[in-house]
Amino acid sequence: MNIIDRRLNPKGKSLANRQRFLRRAKAQVMRAVRDASGKRRIRDIDTGGDVTIAPDGVKEPTFHRASSGGIRDVVVPGNKDFIEGDRIPRPPSGGGRGGREGSPDGEGEDEFRFVLSREEFIDMFLEDLELPDLAKRKLATIEDYSWSRAGYSVTGSPANLNLVRTMRNSLSRRIALKRPKADEVQRLREEIDALERADSHDAEALSTLRAELELLLRRSQRIPYIDPIDVRYNRFQATPKPVAQAVMFCLMDVSGSMTEHMKDLAKRFFMLLYLFLTRRYKNVEVVFIRHTHRAQEVDEDTFFYSTETGGTVVSTALEEMLRVLRERYPPDDWNIYAAQASDGDNTSYDNARTLHLLSEEILPLCQYYAYIEVGSDPEMVPVSFSSSGRESDLWQTYKGLQQSGGPFAMKRVRHRREIYPVFRELFARDQAATGVSA
Amino acid sequence: MTTTDLAVRPLYEGADWDFDRLHTVFAAIEEVGLKDLGLDIYPNQIEVITSEQMLDAYSSIGMPLLYRHWSFGKHFARDEVLYRKGLRGLAYEIVINSNPCISYIMEENTMTMQALVIAHAAFGHNHFFKNNYLFKQWTDADGILDYLSFAKEYVSRCEERYGLTAVERVLDAAHALMNHGVHRYPRRRALDLRLEEKRQKERREHEERMFNDLWRTVPAKADTFSPFSDRDRRRALLGLPEENILYFLEKRAPRLQSWQRELLRIVRHLSQYFYPQRQTKVMNEGCATYCHYRILGLMHERGLITDGAWLEVLHSHTNVIFQPEFDDPRYGGINPYALGFAMMQDIERIATAPTAEDREWFPDFAGHGDAMAVLRDAWANFRDESFVLQYLSPALIRKLKLFHVQDNAREPTMVVEAIHNERGYREIRKSLARQYDIAWAEADLQIVDVDLSGDRKLVLEHRAMNQVVLDEDDARAVLQHLADLWGYEVVLEEIDSASGARLKKHTVGPRTIIGQATVGA
Repeated sequence: MNIIDRRLNPKGKSLANRQRFLRRAKAQVMRAVRDASGKRRIRDIDTGGDVTIAPDGVKEPTFHRASSGGIRDVVVPGNKDFIEGDRIPRPPSGGGRGGREGSPDGEGEDEFRFVLSREEFIDMFLEDLELPDLAKRKLATIEDYSWSRAGYSVTGSPANLNLVRTMRNSLSRRIALKRPKADEVQRLREEIDALERADSHDAEALSTLRAELELLLRRSQRIPYIDPIDVRYNRFQATPKPVAQAVMFCLMDVSGSMTEHMKDLAKRFFMLLYLFLTRRYKNVEVVFIRHTHRAQEVDEDTFFYSTETGGTVVSTALEEMLRVLRERYPPDDWNIYAAQASDGDNTSYDNARTLHLLSEEILPLCQYYAYIEVGSDPEMVPVSFSSSGRESDLWQTYKGLQQSGGPFAMKRVRHRREIYPVFRELFARDQAATGVSA
Repeated sequence: MTTTDLAVRPLYEGADWDFDRLHTVFAAIEEVGLKDLGLDIYPNQIEVITSEQMLDAYSSIGMPLLYRHWSFGKHFARDEVLYRKGLRGLAYEIVINSNPCISYIMEENTMTMQALVIAHAAFGHNHFFKNNYLFKQWTDADGILDYLSFAKEYVSRCEERYGLTAVERVLDAAHALMNHGVHRYPRRRALDLRLEEKRQKERREHEERMFNDLWRTVPAKADTFSPFSDRDRRRALLGLPEENILYFLEKRAPRLQSWQRELLRIVRHLSQYFYPQRQTKVMNEGCATYCHYRILGLMHERGLITDGAWLEVLHSHTNVIFQPEFDDPRYGGINPYALGFAMMQDIERIATAPTAEDREWFPDFAGHGDAMAVLRDAWANFRDESFVLQYLSPALIRKLKLFHVQDNAREPTMVVEAIHNERGYREIRKSLARQYDIAWAEADLQIVDVDLSGDRKLVLEHRAMNQVVLDEDDARAVLQHLADLWGYEVVLEEIDSASGARLKKHTVGPRTIIGQATVGA
């Protein structure tokens, strides 16, 4: 008999099978993830979780008998009071009878439930938005660098000269090349001097000493005290320092003209932004601000699901954002991002104020400000004048800002599948870089 | 513990296990199993694994190594949810019919559970595997692990060479037909999987040596003589009717490439390997349950395990053999553990303390005295169907209050055909046995004809028992797979087995041609 401890054997033997299964069920899983992410809160977007899929694509059919029809015999336990010849009403279809045959689907595969890991969920979520691979893209800039010592280099600015290291190199070179020391030369000079002063000078000894001195002097000239090859500079390396926290402002117009579809687009955009920020910062806070003609900071549910109508005054939202910012998020400590979603309507007298607020007060504080203009689904609604050609009030207002090159970007989104490309465009590396350097 | 028992100290106390204790307890169980019960087993190999590994093993139909396929991933995903949410406990053990016989035990188990599992799997199942005639006839315990590792490697090589999708397509189709990939009657030659593996290698090498592209250029004869003119001759040549659909496809499907045939063969071998298990669920579990109950019972009597441990055994044991009655919401068919164990105990009772009724019904062994000899004989020579037919006693029918219901779709209500009384015993026994007859429980499908000189249409027949036809959606899906493998149209006719009347007909054409007809293939 043999007892073997296999506990340390590699785990996850089914990983390959699981991947095959996910690949197989991809269409359904993606649909499930899409549904799930619609219901999810923004903060929960990057956790894994249960998904339920229809068994269509992952069904494994076999030849088996239909669950009804024909004559069936079954022996069951637990007779209480039946006697031979009794007639029993048929149990409601699908339930009971014999158990084994009961389920309408043959093997009870009405729905298939399993848990996706966090990575799998995000992959699928992003996949739904038709993006290749978020992780591989360096989406934006690094705000801050920390410099750390990283050894020595042979080049550098004089300010970074490392004296100790340079002198040590110089000393070892001088020793190795036998550069005469100053006191040696001094001693020789004194000896020559003494010989010269003495009357009975030994001409031969004097010339030897002189030759020796000359040799030493020549050598000290050839072998410099400090040679360029001795010089060392301190080398510094720039390590990008991820600034630890960020706040994301979600501004949304909730006036009557915003449809559910538009809010859904906005939510997806915010989700992506959140996902993106959580990947870069340890701590991301989300502030939801909705506005009609009044603006208000609200929680997520109210933000997306409450119905409030009123006129549209965009500047109120910006003011509310500034207020929250000043109260809670000092720009020195926080990276500030904002995304504004709107269908583009604004009361005409407000445009100038909006522009002023944005360009003078908000943009200087922000890392990045994205404006997305959401439109009706072109596949649902026939292309009308509002969704084609004509530029909205806000669009016209903001157009100038975009050209001025601030950390500002704007895009139009009409369909879910446009969100990711737009997002990528907004946060593409070069654009963000110019944005931040401004 | 009473003072008389003090002479023997229990082997262990408490719930913790370690390897020393496992060895001691194993030795004690072995002693009881071999000497008292007279079991005859393969050498044992016990492997300790984690629950996660158990989940792994669980979802690859219990085999330690198996080729990769999404369906195993699917089962894993489902099992994982059920297990993590506590909706379902894991099996305590998995045991593999191989030589040596491998049993997995989980590290989370208590010492008592380990003992229970060892007695159950490493002795009960092991004895059954080694001695039951079906396993002897159909499975090759020595070769299975090697064959599986060959299969795994072969499949992954195919995946590299022909792509995941191409392999998956063939395996999907083969899995759908898996239950129709067994030979139900033994052939002359014993199965030797190791030889099978070697032969495959030789076939492949031979093909590669013999391949000569020149043959392709030889002009075909203008008027090819077709030997398949007359139906009977054709059927005889093709060995029809054939119920082993996978076998037929492997040998005769015109468009499959050799690696695709090999995949079919692998699935077919796997199916054949599991065929005895499908036919002996009640007996196999009954045997194992009876063994662990007896062995641990004896050990408890002898003071080798504590009263506490014995209570734990009883607790698990009763859970396992719990049989809800038909009107209980928990009812899900007859529990093979319950029926098996009840029958084993009943046989023991009849052999040692028979009533007059038992003597009348079981003259062969009533009062035989040596219950174990009777049981060992039953374990060796029966399968579920014949076992129930032979050994289900009136006493047990009464105890379980079995009754037989007939549900005729044409009648407004179901009818109780027989109950547990004098007139019903034989009737109940017969129909319960039939429930376990795999040939009866599974659809009877055969390939009956193929038009090789014409449109190559493949004709199958389903002999519908009692006018119960196949589930239409699933049948069409499987036929689709079948047509894909065959490469041409497939027809399935459902015939009423009693009257010969045609009930239904399905026709399916190939969707994608799996064996992309390449020259020389």
